[in-house]
Amino acid sequence: MNRGSLLLRMELRSNPEMLCVVRNALGQLAQTLGFPEPECRAVVLAVDEALTNIIRHAYGGEAERPIEATFRRIRAPQDGEHRDALEIVLEDRGVTVDPKRLCGRALEDVRPGGLGLHFIRESMDTVEFRRRIGRNRLRLVKFLHHVPEPHKGP
Amino acid sequence: MQIAARHLDKMTIFDVSGDIDLATSPELRKALLRELREVRAPRVVLNLKQVRYIDSSGVASLVEGLKASRDVGSRFVLFGLNKTIREVLQLSKLLRIFEVYDDEEQAVAP
Repeated sequence: MNRGSLLLRMELRSNPEMLCVVRNALGQLAQTLGFPEPECRAVVLAVDEALTNIIRHAYGGEAERPIEATFRRIRAPQDGEHRDALEIVLEDRGVTVDPKRLCGRALEDVRPGGLGLHFIRESMDTVEFRRRIGRNRLRLVKFLHHVPEPHKGP
Repeated sequence: MQIAARHLDKMTIFDVSGDIDLATSPELRKALLRELREVRAPRVVLNLKQVRYIDSSGVASLVEGLKASRDVGSRFVLFGLNKTIREVLQLSKLLRIFEVYDDEEQAVAP
């Protein structure tokens, strides 16, 4: 299976202080790939929320547990065509996430909490979760609709 | 994230800067709830002009501030929302529940 071209791999600790580091790196990566500004912000929001869920729910707020984040450029089918996309895979070794805790909530319900999964679903084209051999694996895909030459810098 | 408080008449204005996320939102939540529940400021105004990013935990802190303000009969007012903050609040479908102004002059007007 062609797994696409590896762009970036990060091994993180489940420390909320690291979230801004990931956001900054991912924002730059998405921009370099040619995503328009609003889509860069959407991808950053989705990954930030997914990492927040891992820290809060899979690891129960423990700050030193491992998280692996892998970013690849892939070609995948969408609307009958193969398109370029950014694939992000987040893996942790935390507890199995109860689907009820990830089901979000009715947006009419004005209360704190439960928004993270809604943000992820609204921001990404594909959201897949699975549990395998003691690991939680979240796969997120965002399709690139225009593919300009990658930014090569000054 | 940094928070600085100013007092104007009977209002408290919080100038917030930086990113509001899982690491920093507890500090914002604590400041808001203290001002509303303990100090009982009649109006708490949040200046978000210098906020670069907000996530769902930050939005949750704003919702808690709003609820606390309703409980004690205060006003909870936001101003200076940039594109990023506005987008996230729109995505949450919660923008409409907040009292939002473009600038400080409007936010502190009688």
